[in-house]
Amino acid sequence: MAEKLLMKGNEVIAEAALRAGCRHYFGYPITPQTEVAHYMAKVMPKVNGTFIQAESEVAAINMVYGAAAAGARVLTSSSSPGVSLKQEGISYIAGAELPAVLVNIVRCGPGLGGIQAAQCDYFQACKGGGHGDYKNIVLAPSSVQELYELTVHAFNLADKYRMLAMILGDGMLGQMMEAVEFKDKEEIYSADKDWACTGTKMQRESNDITSIYIQPEVLEGLNRKLQAKYRQVEQNEAMVETYNCDNAEIIVTAYGTVARIIKNVIKMAENEGIRVGLIRPITLYPFPAAAYEKYAETPEAFLSVELSAGQMVEDVRLAVNGKCPVHFYGRTGGVIPSQIEILNEIKKILNK
Amino acid sequence: MATVFKRPHALKEKELHYCPGCTHGIIHRLIAEVIDELDIEGITVGVSPVGCAYNNYEYFNCDMVQAAHGRAPAVATGIKRVNPDNYVFTYQGDGDLAAIGTAEIVHAAARGEKITTVFVNNAIYGMTSGQMAPTTLLGQVTTTSPYGRKAEIHGFPINVCELLSTLEGAAYVERTSVHDVKNIKKTKAAIKKAFEVQKAKKGFSIVEVLSTCPTNWGINPIDSLKWLEENMLPHYPLGVFKGKDLEV
Repeated sequence: MAEKLLMKGNEVIAEAALRAGCRHYFGYPITPQTEVAHYMAKVMPKVNGTFIQAESEVAAINMVYGAAAAGARVLTSSSSPGVSLKQEGISYIAGAELPAVLVNIVRCGPGLGGIQAAQCDYFQACKGGGHGDYKNIVLAPSSVQELYELTVHAFNLADKYRMLAMILGDGMLGQMMEAVEFKDKEEIYSADKDWACTGTKMQRESNDITSIYIQPEVLEGLNRKLQAKYRQVEQNEAMVETYNCDNAEIIVTAYGTVARIIKNVIKMAENEGIRVGLIRPITLYPFPAAAYEKYAETPEAFLSVELSAGQMVEDVRLAVNGKCPVHFYGRTGGVIPSQIEILNEIKKILNK
Repeated sequence: MATVFKRPHALKEKELHYCPGCTHGIIHRLIAEVIDELDIEGITVGVSPVGCAYNNYEYFNCDMVQAAHGRAPAVATGIKRVNPDNYVFTYQGDGDLAAIGTAEIVHAAARGEKITTVFVNNAIYGMTSGQMAPTTLLGQVTTTSPYGRKAEIHGFPINVCELLSTLEGAAYVERTSVHDVKNIKKTKAAIKKAFEVQKAKKGFSIVEVLSTCPTNWGINPIDSLKWLEENMLPHYPLGVFKGKDLEV
């Protein structure tokens, strides 16, 4: 029978990784994600796994690179300033086509910023972050249950596409306790990692894992291969929740923690006779553009609500493609908008 | 007829890209000979650096992983922790290891990570064309110390072996040189010992190999060997700094 437990978001990430077969974790302490490390430090020795508190985020992501190169399912977790430090390794992971999972429990910035919830790292997660033309798969859970499911999914996607898959949460989600129902057995994507550096055993040619190609044509070849892979990901892996969108006067779009608030706003609006829809991207990359295209001519307006100064809204505008006005409302610095605040913004846009 | 000299199996049949007179080729060969003698090619994974040896994965027959600048010890840590029965080595230059990768090498040593590092110290950045390295000698002219390295401006060269030998996790620390045949043989013995220390799971092992860079030193290959002997040996004394009596 499925097991239902009350757990903290960050701990669920660690538990999900273990259930997905991850036995190698490398990280560096940073609030508000450190419980992932605490959990791994406790469990890994008991399951013959590896937990290393690295000397830096830079070292941690390079340990991830090494473990992934050796064929393991591997996890690192951090929060915004730490993920900035990991960008070098993330770019190399993309270039070397290694599967790995990274969790970013986003806090507000810039700089050292603060430790409260934010969504200010959307650009960094979805638009590159490090150097070079590359993409990460970016998953945006909005509940503790989804933290579990999407973490397992992230490992499968990473292995399937030999890419870095990122869980983009926030401090609110990481610290929140909710009921989570675990499956008895996870579906594990079985990848034949014949490219991994595990030693030739003198039975095959050597495997080399690298991201450097001095010949321009050869490097362009890699770039083409990566882009073809990204198109596959865009075609196959977009995930989205749409709610109340048919006949909506306005469609609010939000991900993660904010999307939870919007669901309450929708009820409040209903009481005032305003029909509000929600498009909640579950994958931020690939961005579920089709959902926006589908409803682009339904409402009077779109409203993107974010814990940022306006990042996802750019992708919303691209998806809506001028067919409908796209508005933005955001709070920054760790401030969470209230339901009333968002409802007022909706009324303002609809002139109600 | 007995074969007295051949290419080690662990080295691919590929022409090296290094400049004429560069000692990287000798050091590659020594590592390959050790891998052959220990019969570990099939269970060895090497980590390539950033620097002149960035593509030495093309030369070794074992599995190889190319790492970001300075990060080889962290990458090697990941590889080794996944497959602890593999022999894992890093090959790093002085900019890679002693500048941008200082944190990674110190902490890999401090953790007693069961990996072997071959550290090639030629007192200069080679690939980026002759800039000052952390190991550049006082007075030495480079493209970024054109008036010679001055202590009051550039600080002092770092003695990596002396530094790492203070760490408990570093089981074997030796500095050798490849400026003559006698020392080339000693270097091979040191690399072999370092791999044996790894096999015995004693901790981290490193061999610093004093090397030449005729191109960027602006000295011909033969005089470079002499320059190494006369200038580098006084500052970088050869010998075993840690683990001399280690039984493996």
